[in-house]
Amino acid sequence: MADKKRIDAPTGTQTVGHEWDGIEELDTPMPRWWLLTFYATIIFSIGYVVVYPALPGLTGATKGTVGWSSRGELDKTMQAEAARKAPILSAIAATPIEQLPAKPQLMQAAVQGGAAAFKTHCVQCHGSGAAGSPGYPNLNDDDWLWGGDLKAIEYTITHGARNPEVATTRTSLMPAFGRDGILTKGQIEDVVSHIRTISGEEKPSASARRGATLFEANCAVCHGPAGKGMREFGAPNLTDGIWLFGGDRETLARTVADSRKGVMPAWDHVLSPVTIKMLAAYVHSLGGGEATLAPNPAEREPGAVE
Amino acid sequence: MSNVTDLTTPPPAFFEKRKAVFPKQIDGPFRRFKWLVMAITLTIYWGTPWIRWDRGPYAPDQAVLVDLANRRFYMFSIEIWPHEFYYVAGLLIMAGIGLFLVTSAVGRAWCGYACPQTVWTDLFQHVERFLDGDRNAQIRLDRAPWTFGKLFKRLRKWAAWLLIAFLTGGAWIFYFADAPTLQQDFWTGQAATVAYATTFLLTMTTFIFGGFMREQVCIYMCPWPRIQTAMTDEKSLIVTYRHWRGEPRTRGLKKASEEHLPTGDCIDCMQCVQVCPTGIDIREGPQIGCITCALCIDACDRVMAQIGRPRGLIDYATELDCEREKLGEAAVPAIRRLLRPRTLVYLGLWTAIGVAMLFALGTRTRVDIAANADRNPQFVRLSDGSIRNAYLVKLRNMQSRPREMIVSLAGLPGGQMWRESETRAQAGRSLRLAVPADQVLRERIYVVAPATGAAREDFAFALQAADDSTEKARDEESFVRPGGMQ
Repeated sequence: MADKKRIDAPTGTQTVGHEWDGIEELDTPMPRWWLLTFYATIIFSIGYVVVYPALPGLTGATKGTVGWSSRGELDKTMQAEAARKAPILSAIAATPIEQLPAKPQLMQAAVQGGAAAFKTHCVQCHGSGAAGSPGYPNLNDDDWLWGGDLKAIEYTITHGARNPEVATTRTSLMPAFGRDGILTKGQIEDVVSHIRTISGEEKPSASARRGATLFEANCAVCHGPAGKGMREFGAPNLTDGIWLFGGDRETLARTVADSRKGVMPAWDHVLSPVTIKMLAAYVHSLGGGEATLAPNPAEREPGAVE
Repeated sequence: MSNVTDLTTPPPAFFEKRKAVFPKQIDGPFRRFKWLVMAITLTIYWGTPWIRWDRGPYAPDQAVLVDLANRRFYMFSIEIWPHEFYYVAGLLIMAGIGLFLVTSAVGRAWCGYACPQTVWTDLFQHVERFLDGDRNAQIRLDRAPWTFGKLFKRLRKWAAWLLIAFLTGGAWIFYFADAPTLQQDFWTGQAATVAYATTFLLTMTTFIFGGFMREQVCIYMCPWPRIQTAMTDEKSLIVTYRHWRGEPRTRGLKKASEEHLPTGDCIDCMQCVQVCPTGIDIREGPQIGCITCALCIDACDRVMAQIGRPRGLIDYATELDCEREKLGEAAVPAIRRLLRPRTLVYLGLWTAIGVAMLFALGTRTRVDIAANADRNPQFVRLSDGSIRNAYLVKLRNMQSRPREMIVSLAGLPGGQMWRESETRAQAGRSLRLAVPADQVLRERIYVVAPATGAAREDFAFALQAADDSTEKARDEESFVRPGGMQ
């Protein structure tokens, strides 16, 4: 190591004074434009510190003279977005929900808005694909407890289900046939046999025939004499392929013995009417939505109370 | 490190200052050929966007159009969609192999005649000679002090260049939009910003590259000369100085013959150097600065005619032939030099790719189908116990007319499908859909099938054009059931 600065003859430039295996480094001066640029950035940074929030303090950073903040930016973006959406939202709000399908553009916007709101408010119970889980209905299918047309869905979302604080809520209560001592264990097994027979999962048996009599006396009031359910009471159709809590013997026996009931919040306390309308449109669009004013007669019991 | 410092040698220069080149006017067969090539290439460049081509009411009527906004590429009767971009890749590969072929056969013919840098530099040099006079006048003007007259001449030249550069840069944008409309929009200030920016950028590059950088682009910026030095070999026909014939160079022929000194054909008149657009001396042998424009051949042939010697002291020749001629043997005919295994392999490759692309182009279908299955949820059990899957199906109609297409289920026994906008009551094994001209139709389709069956059952969406049963497409999909029904 020759720690000596010297003038390099071919270039006339001083070396930095270090040498590694014969390789030396020239202490070439910075180009003037480079230095000027560097000084300019320093001056710029002083201005930046004055104009924008920069210096941290105990309770927050300095505010800066133009009052810029990232939260303020977000607010501005959100307001701009709200302003952009305002006309279509007011158009949706002004349209009765059963008339939405006649206006494809509004319907499409409503479905998109509903999809976004669904991801925030509904996925906790119904799942991100709206496929539900035991106790929480799958919203993609064509089976509805309280009705599957736009108006019925909107009503359910607005008022909730079995909500003790809301007078208009969708409500009904199935007795706990076992716990309350209405039916014995054996009778419950017979009722389960009957239900599984009418839904096509078991072959008719003596137990099922006994169950049919018990069903007539205890269950038909709500579920209908043929077990096809009744939407006025949110009583599920027991003859179809869909079970809310499960269709095996054990689960059904528990349901009959202890009674089960899903609850759902009344969303009008939380969401605006237009959001609820969009949510209804979204849920209706998932593949099982029914036409308004034309309920499928096959779903109804003949002579059922309207 | 060395402690001995030699102060007598000048410090090494880190860059070389450009030596101005003032190529002299010349006439001859190669010059006239270059005129022809220039006329053809410039006509193609400026004329192509204005050729009309009727494609009916649903597609633009510009023969060559790169429609970036709508992602379509039109070339006469051929329309290319983004997913067919491999045709363009194929064209580029053909262009590459074509260059290999040309280079191995006749050296840097592309550089010398057809490269835009050469064509525009040539054009700019003609303008320069027309305005400022030939080589000697230009040199005088260059050395002259900056007077009002010189300033006027310079501004006049730069204005002429700038005009050509603007016409060049401005013509480029017409390839990307309807030319007549864009021209109108351009002058009325209504064209897209990118049109003005592109025009400005290409005007400036043309002005600077053609006016000032010229051979510097070829020698320092372009990678092609470096690749080409590896592509030419001793059997390539390139512009060559017949060393054995020219040396020793003799200025005073009469005097030298009186003194019985050995004389070569080269009289060191420097014509070959003066006409060279890149300012090199071909007599130094093949070099990176030589773009093989062959103007030195024209120049030398004139001189040879004047002094009564055979033409071709500088000529298209191969290195091998020069060796043979030096030994007094006959040169191999040019045609045999051109047809050798290497060029034939390139030609074969080039032809094969071209034929394969033409075949693919001729047999391609103008309909296509692609489906994406819903993943959340993968399946839905319906009240009758059956299982429903949903698919986002995309139908491509690549023709410039609306078409009816029939989508049907291939496989999946008992399966039925219906559109999202319909109801299950309208379900069937096939759907008839109207796809707008030159568009992709997106249709969400529900497929329902009995719950009994494999957890994952393969089937296909089969597409067929309603008016032409030969145009078909398929997309293999799976139908998913919950854990395979018991």
